[in-house]
Amino acid sequence: MTDISPTSADAPKPKAHGSLLEATPLMKRRNAAEKRFHAYGIAAIVVALLTLTVMLFTIIRDGHSAFYQATMTFPVTIDAAVVDKTGSGDVAEMSKVTTIGYARILGESLVKYLADEGLVVEGMTDKEITDMISKDAPARLRDRVLADPSLVGQTVTVDAFTGGRVDGYFKGRVTREIAERDSNVTVTQLDMADLMEEAGVLRSKFNWSFITAPDASDLRPEAAGLGVALLGTLYMMLLTFIFTLPIGVAASIYLEEFAPKNRLTDLIEVNISNLAAVPSIVYGILGLAIFINFAGLPSSAPLVGALVLTLMTLPTIIIATRAAIRAVPPSIRDAALGVGASKMQTVVHHVLPLAAPGILTGTILGLASAAGETGPLLLIGMVAFVTNYPASPLDGGFLDPASALPVQVYSWASRSDPAFIERSSGAIIVLLIFLFFMNALAIVLRRRFERRW
Amino acid sequence: MNDMRIVERDVDITENKITARGVQVYYGTNHALKDVDVDILDKTVTAFIGPSGCGKSTFLRCLNRMNDTVASARVEGKILLEGEDIYDPKVDPVQLRAKVGMVFQKPNPFPKSIYDNVAYGPKIHGLTRNKAELDEIVEKSLRRAAIWNEVKDRLDASGTGLSGGQQQRLCIARAVATNPEVLLMDEPCSALDPIATAQVEELIDELRAEYSVVIVTHSMQQAARVSQKTAFFHLGHLVEYGETGQIFTNPQDPRTESYITGRIG
Amino acid sequence: MSVGILTLIVLALAVVGFFVGRSRAMSSVGGDARKLHSLPGYYGQTVSLFTAVPAFALMALWLFVQPMVIDARIVGQLGPQIAEDATASKLAMEDVSRIASGLDALQAARGMTNEEMRDMRADFSDIRGRLAEVGVALGSEVNPQIFEMAKDYRIMQARGAMMMSVLVLAAAAAGFVVALRRIHGEFRARNVSETFVRWLLIASAGVAILTTIGIVMSLMSETIRFFGMYPIADFFLGFTWNPQFRGGSDLGLIPLLWGTLYISFVSMVVAVPIGIFAAIYTAEYAPPKVRAVVKPVIELIAGIPTVVFGLFALVTVGPFLRDYIAMPLGLGNSGSSVMTAGLVIGVLNIPFISSLTDDIINAVPQSMRDGSYGLGATKSETIRKVVLPAALPGIVGAILLAASRAIGETMIVTMGAGAAAKLGLNPFEAMTTITVKIVSQLTGDIAFDAPETLVAFALGMTLFVITLCLNIFALWIVRKYREQYE
Repeated sequence: MTDISPTSADAPKPKAHGSLLEATPLMKRRNAAEKRFHAYGIAAIVVALLTLTVMLFTIIRDGHSAFYQATMTFPVTIDAAVVDKTGSGDVAEMSKVTTIGYARILGESLVKYLADEGLVVEGMTDKEITDMISKDAPARLRDRVLADPSLVGQTVTVDAFTGGRVDGYFKGRVTREIAERDSNVTVTQLDMADLMEEAGVLRSKFNWSFITAPDASDLRPEAAGLGVALLGTLYMMLLTFIFTLPIGVAASIYLEEFAPKNRLTDLIEVNISNLAAVPSIVYGILGLAIFINFAGLPSSAPLVGALVLTLMTLPTIIIATRAAIRAVPPSIRDAALGVGASKMQTVVHHVLPLAAPGILTGTILGLASAAGETGPLLLIGMVAFVTNYPASPLDGGFLDPASALPVQVYSWASRSDPAFIERSSGAIIVLLIFLFFMNALAIVLRRRFERRW
Repeated sequence: MNDMRIVERDVDITENKITARGVQVYYGTNHALKDVDVDILDKTVTAFIGPSGCGKSTFLRCLNRMNDTVASARVEGKILLEGEDIYDPKVDPVQLRAKVGMVFQKPNPFPKSIYDNVAYGPKIHGLTRNKAELDEIVEKSLRRAAIWNEVKDRLDASGTGLSGGQQQRLCIARAVATNPEVLLMDEPCSALDPIATAQVEELIDELRAEYSVVIVTHSMQQAARVSQKTAFFHLGHLVEYGETGQIFTNPQDPRTESYITGRIG
Repeated sequence: MSVGILTLIVLALAVVGFFVGRSRAMSSVGGDARKLHSLPGYYGQTVSLFTAVPAFALMALWLFVQPMVIDARIVGQLGPQIAEDATASKLAMEDVSRIASGLDALQAARGMTNEEMRDMRADFSDIRGRLAEVGVALGSEVNPQIFEMAKDYRIMQARGAMMMSVLVLAAAAAGFVVALRRIHGEFRARNVSETFVRWLLIASAGVAILTTIGIVMSLMSETIRFFGMYPIADFFLGFTWNPQFRGGSDLGLIPLLWGTLYISFVSMVVAVPIGIFAAIYTAEYAPPKVRAVVKPVIELIAGIPTVVFGLFALVTVGPFLRDYIAMPLGLGNSGSSVMTAGLVIGVLNIPFISSLTDDIINAVPQSMRDGSYGLGATKSETIRKVVLPAALPGIVGAILLAASRAIGETMIVTMGAGAAAKLGLNPFEAMTTITVKIVSQLTGDIAFDAPETLVAFALGMTLFVITLCLNIFALWIVRKYREQYE
């Protein structure tokens, strides 16, 4: 402060303000600044919401077609000479015939059917027609015949996927220009596909196998499905729920109701809040080093995935659970203690039931975030190419190799064929629906049982 | 109420600072203030008294449009400041509040230095051209709030580190620094101990020389000690308004009398 | 006896214990529950807990330790050369366990007795053919030594499982008897069982500490092994990252660290202003109805898995930046770039910053705002000069936490940043990060004796230390800030 001479309290006061009805130039500038500031806020919101919209839009645009698949419907005569050479009808003998035999049956039947129907494209070879059928179709026909040997010798109607490129043609991914340069598809095949569509032989059908079938190799994008990944995610969520709920609730009760204020408690508290912020990939390293390398559990197993996700989500769940327990007013505890209940009785009889909705909500939200986790699962081998469903939990299915939804998104996205981008986006749609239901469940629980004190 | 000392004061000012006519306030569907007419004089301390929830604070917050910050509040009627309607759409409430300063119930210094607390108003209203002028305003305001001697050596210390009474006087200095014409005080002593209360009351009496002061208070003794005019509010109505001495010794309305003698409240 | 059946037996014993304990307590006082110290249920509960908990703890410990002991003994049989070579012993162990599980399947399919199994010889019986029949395909003929080890392995496993069953059942029975014998009318059953439960609670809280110890141990041990093979100075100060399959790799941290920090910086440039302004809008300006819609929708972003953002970066943002900005300006032709990953991580972090900031702004007392409005400040002046300065420590904490998330983010950089370790300034070039390299070094074929694999642990350690420092600092600031208004 400079040494100003003190001014007396009753010094004449300058008239500082003009009329209220006119804005001073300064006031105009200040109001303009106010408007700008407000606009920045709205702009920030708009940018955030716009990005979200664009992201969801592109994913739905790219992914919705994964649920539909160009499918050919035609009669197939199952030639006994090919599939049942001995004529014994013995399934064990029949299973020696590989898919190559069935591919021949399918191809011949399609060529014959198209010729009968008068669907002909100039200069198209029989091989080109046969190649339009997905490499996946023979395997399905073989499964069907082996499951029901009485079909041998009969003519059955078959729904067979087209190959990925023909399917891509109907989805706008493949054009005639691309087809001219692509060795996997010819322009003639596309012409034939158009003809078949007009004749109603080829139609776009809802593709259940995208949801139920296991993954397929790079060459058969049309057959790749989410079955194994969905089962893997379900197994992991189930186990993670079983592990986190009791441990999370027990740890929270201890810290919130029993823990003495001492160094150890402080250490645990600091530990938990730090663990909640440790990058998820570090938990992947932990899982690889401890569960797989040290304890010798198999890699790619849902059990290992669940253990990693449990350790990863426990801190978040403990934080949410403690908040729910803390929200129960102390007056309830006082009332119970006042009638002579022990501390443990107070907690079990009064605090826990009142906090239960909050605890469940927090746990479900924690599980939902675990369900979308990818990085740590990559390190414990869940990115492996798995085509067998894991067994049921009672037969040790938790130790069978499996995949997980978000990991499937990643592994499809990293394949070269653009058809897999469609699959990847489709898998995201399934994943988001899965998460949506988990979150909706949490919201319903909260709405239904929420208590305001 | 026998110990009440009512200072005989001359109220020689007759110039109206604020004129309110037919003021109604609604919070949502709740009709909080009903048809209030009042004239507030310049260079006078006017006290609003009444039981809790009677609308006195609501009315005070109408006078500088602080009710605008409550989304559900709606004000009807006319309030004129020197003949200009403060609810005119052309009026910027921001500009109005520079003229009609306010001190709140709980001392609320900003978590900044004492100097910055006081300099805040002059800075945003552009009252100074340089640091020297700002320094001068800060010192003058702190002197007026009778806290200069206590804080002159630690102007850089945080305003939140002061005692309750000092914080409230700091808030008064902060309000005075924008050079207002009216000072509104919403129960300024309710969070203070008796000694701090006495200091603030003394200060209010001094401020009367320059400002029109309106004070809401719960304490009838305080109203009697500091004000020249008193308005009694009850259930959203302005029941009675007049010279402080007259309200406390010879109330016209039976409700006022009941309140003064402690039967309602 | 399988683990499942053993579990069921112990559980059944615990249930029985509950009723026996309860009725024993009741009969000790002649059926008058009032004479008991505790409610009858507590006597049952005590017996149940003493029966089940030690037994299950023993079982978990056994399941964890047994494979390690058996593996060590099998590897010991291989002779010192193989036992010391980690890769060779691992391969041998895999063969052993595959043959052993094949033998299990064979025994189950053929109904063979243990004696018949013991008499099988790799050089006489057609083991490979017989195993193939039960669905276990072997790459080559069975080595007699490995086959004998597989038989040993099976025997040891069977013996181990047997011993575990016996010991677990013994523990359960001992707990059952000890608890039951202590029951009489004056027995303070409630206190005993509550103390027991309390120890369970403490153990659960201890999982947090165990996790941290697990993280530090697993990172430390492999990192130390790595530094035994690769000079520590070359790792921390190396400017080249170039892993080779056949040794002689350059494993310098600097380019990875640079990529990580550069991408995080870009992401913060996006997330901080947008996040803070979004929070200011929702907390201060938005009418309640707008706030009720906008806030949850923005927080929706936080609930979307990062792999979705990764695909968005790969399919949409990357090609867009490449085609419309980088190529026309001649800045490069790569879809994956610092900019791609940075922008998308920035979007991911917007809700994180905005919801933390929103909470912090709401914690600033209303009286502060009133004070400022009362002096004639506009809303933006109040926010800029009173609310934000008051909330600053909390906002800084939120920003640091967001930075730590950006540094540790994995999927978006794996899919959007590229794999080339480069030290450059052009944000439209592909660069790589610590997390990308952790993933790439630890997926696919990994050998735990090669520096190229172990470097991932050193990278993980670096990442852990960096984020830990940021987190501790941020949490400390946030905590300090909370105390100020409580």
